[in-house]
Amino acid sequence: MIAQVQFPPIDNIVNWEPYFGEGEFFQFDKVSLIMLLGLLIPMGIFLLGGAGKAMVPSGLQSVAEGSVNFIMDIINQTIGHDGKKYLPLLMSFFWFILIGNITEVIPTFQMPANARMGSPLVLALIAFFFSIGAGIKKHGLKYFTNTVVVPGLPTALHFLVIPIEILSNFFIKPFSHAVRLFANMLAGHILLVTFGVLCIAVFSATPLLLALPFSFLGLVGLTGFEVMVAFLQAYIFTLLAGVYIGSALADDH
Amino acid sequence: MSLLATAAIEVAQAVELAADAAESDADPQSVAGASSAGFAYGLAAIGPGIGIGYLVGQAVQAMARQPESAGMVRTTMFLGIAFTEALALIGFVVFILLKFV
Repeated sequence: MIAQVQFPPIDNIVNWEPYFGEGEFFQFDKVSLIMLLGLLIPMGIFLLGGAGKAMVPSGLQSVAEGSVNFIMDIINQTIGHDGKKYLPLLMSFFWFILIGNITEVIPTFQMPANARMGSPLVLALIAFFFSIGAGIKKHGLKYFTNTVVVPGLPTALHFLVIPIEILSNFFIKPFSHAVRLFANMLAGHILLVTFGVLCIAVFSATPLLLALPFSFLGLVGLTGFEVMVAFLQAYIFTLLAGVYIGSALADDH
Repeated sequence: MSLLATAAIEVAQAVELAADAAESDADPQSVAGASSAGFAYGLAAIGPGIGIGYLVGQAVQAMARQPESAGMVRTTMFLGIAFTEALALIGFVVFILLKFV
């Protein structure tokens, strides 16, 4: 607390009052609402955008086709040209995460759904088990030996390398995949809250009114920055999911 | 001029008041937690900062030398940034745990 700046406790900025069903299994609060929107908005975009088949796309159709192109680029760079069947998975990842992130800067929401560990964790686990499943489907149980054994090492070194590979492939990989999204969104949310609190505190403390333009400009600038971070994190999560699936399918390891 | 002087005095008083308040309700454990949280995040940011700077610098150089491979370099650059950044983000999570939990 410096000169009447009181930062709210962390519970107050990531927890929201449930709309209904408090304490029950079906508790529905702002985060659940954002996740529901993350399901419904892409469905709407693709159902309405896919209805008209204009030669020159416009409106929703161009959004839908543009995002398909975007995800196909990611797939071509990470999985290869035969990875078209992973398009629906990566597309769902991208849109769900993008909508969960972008609500961080939309007034009346002001909360990234991915700043709660639940959503990134489940998404990362889906990507993790999906990549394992894809690897087993292609290579059989040889997938596990392919993943953890590094070829061309002296025998003694295997005792050192195999535990490290198991740790990094089956524990650190999904963990960091989830934490990357979660921590980025939580950090952005706290940053925006800090500047918002600063603006209010400076506005109510008369002698510090001179500092108001700076903190307000900081808030506006950081909001723009967070829009970029929201897109970038959705892109990176999708890209890494593609890389993990691609490395599970690759023959040469 | 006198307005500025009054403002300065008011700021000084406000800071003094805040310092008094901080002194009176300072819980030693939370102070230790907060300061070590600051150190944890600061130390965790050093390595990834150097790493990302080096990575992006090299990627810019590669793009300048071979503009036709810029797309591929950019994808690989984002991948590298994502992996390097993970350390800083784990530092941030430790910061949150120490400061608020």
